[in-house]
Amino acid sequence: MSLLLIWRQLKRNRMAMLGLLIVLIFTLAAIFAHWIAPDDPIAMNLRQSVEGPSAENLLGRDELGRDILSRLIYGARISLQLGLIAVGIGIAIGVPLGALSGYFGGAVDMIIQRMIDVMLAFPAMLLAIVLVSILGRSLNNAMIAIGIVSIPVYARLVRASTLTIKEMEYVQAAKALGQTDLGIIIHQILPNLLSPIIVQSTLQVASAILWAAGLGFLGLGAQAPDPEWGAMLSSGRDFIRHAPHVVIFPGLTIMATVLGLNLLGDGLRDALDPRMKL
Amino acid sequence: MELGGARVSEKLLEIKNVKTYFYTSDGQVPAVDGVSFHINRGETVGVVGESGCGKSVTSLSIMGLIPKPPGKIIAGEILFEGEDLLKLPQKQMRKIRGNRISMIFQEPMTSLNPVYTIGVQIAEAVRLHQGASRKEAMDIVVEGLRLVGIPSPERRVDEYPHQLSGGMRQRAMIAMALSCKPTLLIADEPTTALDVTIQAQILELLKELKQDLGMAMMIITHDLGVVAEVAQRVVVMYAGKVVEEAPVRDLFNDPKHPYTKGLLASIPRLHVKQESLHVIEGNVPNPTEFPAGCRFHPRCEFKMPRCETQEPQLKTIAEGRQVRCWLTEMDAAEVKNEH
Repeated sequence: MSLLLIWRQLKRNRMAMLGLLIVLIFTLAAIFAHWIAPDDPIAMNLRQSVEGPSAENLLGRDELGRDILSRLIYGARISLQLGLIAVGIGIAIGVPLGALSGYFGGAVDMIIQRMIDVMLAFPAMLLAIVLVSILGRSLNNAMIAIGIVSIPVYARLVRASTLTIKEMEYVQAAKALGQTDLGIIIHQILPNLLSPIIVQSTLQVASAILWAAGLGFLGLGAQAPDPEWGAMLSSGRDFIRHAPHVVIFPGLTIMATVLGLNLLGDGLRDALDPRMKL
Repeated sequence: MELGGARVSEKLLEIKNVKTYFYTSDGQVPAVDGVSFHINRGETVGVVGESGCGKSVTSLSIMGLIPKPPGKIIAGEILFEGEDLLKLPQKQMRKIRGNRISMIFQEPMTSLNPVYTIGVQIAEAVRLHQGASRKEAMDIVVEGLRLVGIPSPERRVDEYPHQLSGGMRQRAMIAMALSCKPTLLIADEPTTALDVTIQAQILELLKELKQDLGMAMMIITHDLGVVAEVAQRVVVMYAGKVVEEAPVRDLFNDPKHPYTKGLLASIPRLHVKQESLHVIEGNVPNPTEFPAGCRFHPRCEFKMPRCETQEPQLKTIAEGRQVRCWLTEMDAAEVKNEH
């Protein structure tokens, strides 16, 4: 399917376009943070502590007098990077596992799926917390933990699709042409899995950002003074009564990003679904 | 008729007493049960029979594509150019598949991968076996598509399977199967999914290509019309066994086995007034519970007591003609006695 066709489908879906716009804004903010942030995100100015929004500081300042807007813009860098790397880890491990499991079946399938079952038996957040506690608190370890937590999602998705695709006649035809098993997985099966993986990844980046914010809130992710959204929410919670803007804006930012990614993901799923074609 | 005549052609493929069984939860399924026949160089052999008689399993056995488990080839030899394919290691078998033996499948709609252009897909096969560069492979592909009668192949190589019609797709499949110039082409119901005019075109194409490339062909079908069109010899299968083998002319003029007679009688004829079409009563028996004796006896019009208990052997009755039936093993007097 050509990219142009997908774009045309996507353009018809207003919510997806809204999602794309939000994601685009955050991506641009992340890339050009250095140029567009009005202030240094970690420069403290205690005299202006918890000052409310004003013309000078659009979103106000936090408890240490740091400019919240600047922190949010730099935070986009951390969150998007974290989301992409965590999902990358999930794909890099989950997709091969799922493909092997679905293609070979039998004992291979049994072993891989029981491992996945064990991982799924724990709530994702809990598993991530345990992993971070083992690995030690840091942003990098949070990324790895979230990556590991997303492995089962991909392994299951890819296994299910592989089971259907390996029964297709073109797989049989490829075997009849002397293609090796590995060749068939890479050249025949995986290209057909591209669209479900893309859709899942968009949604998965949203979950990863949410989980990272959760870990940050618990103090297990990014460490001060990194402007990570979850950590901002956490350190601002003591001031929720007399300076609510300190928690409201990071909260809104997390919500907007996750919403945007989810809308885009849903839109992509519809656009990539061949049954939706006219 | 001259028995043991002087005409000896070289056997390209010889299948000897092959047994392919499947082991399922319902029990042992002897899908192919002691099948033997051969294909000479440059010859077209038709394998006919109803659904579920073991035709496709025979072809998959030759290609070494029987899913194991649950399937297993428990006995026999498949000699291809003198080499037993069943004894070859996987790696060497892969070199033969697609290179010296090729296969085309029934469904042109699903036999091509929807995510690749047909050019890329066919080039893959060429590169796999001939180690050609990307560009050389593409040239071979364009030539191949031209050979199978696809108009403006330079443009078509960049199209995706969904942009081609069913007939074009089957042509592309044939081009893919022929890209490495195999000596044997196995065609598993190559025209079943196509409409009648396209069927005729594809059969014509297969006949021409066979002439031009000098390859042998094994064509699997349940359509006797197809066999009459392209094959020189016919193998009739029933319930996992060969019941009759004959040159195509002899088979149509003088079928020996009651099953073959039944099949021929079931073909609608244009110039004969028929009230209703002849049918062979009953169905192919379930492979887990084949009847004792001759496997065709529950449906046979000429059934004798002996058929229910003893299984007839495949007997040579003339040069190139074999039949598995008690009727041909006994003379008229004996048959009368039996009744």
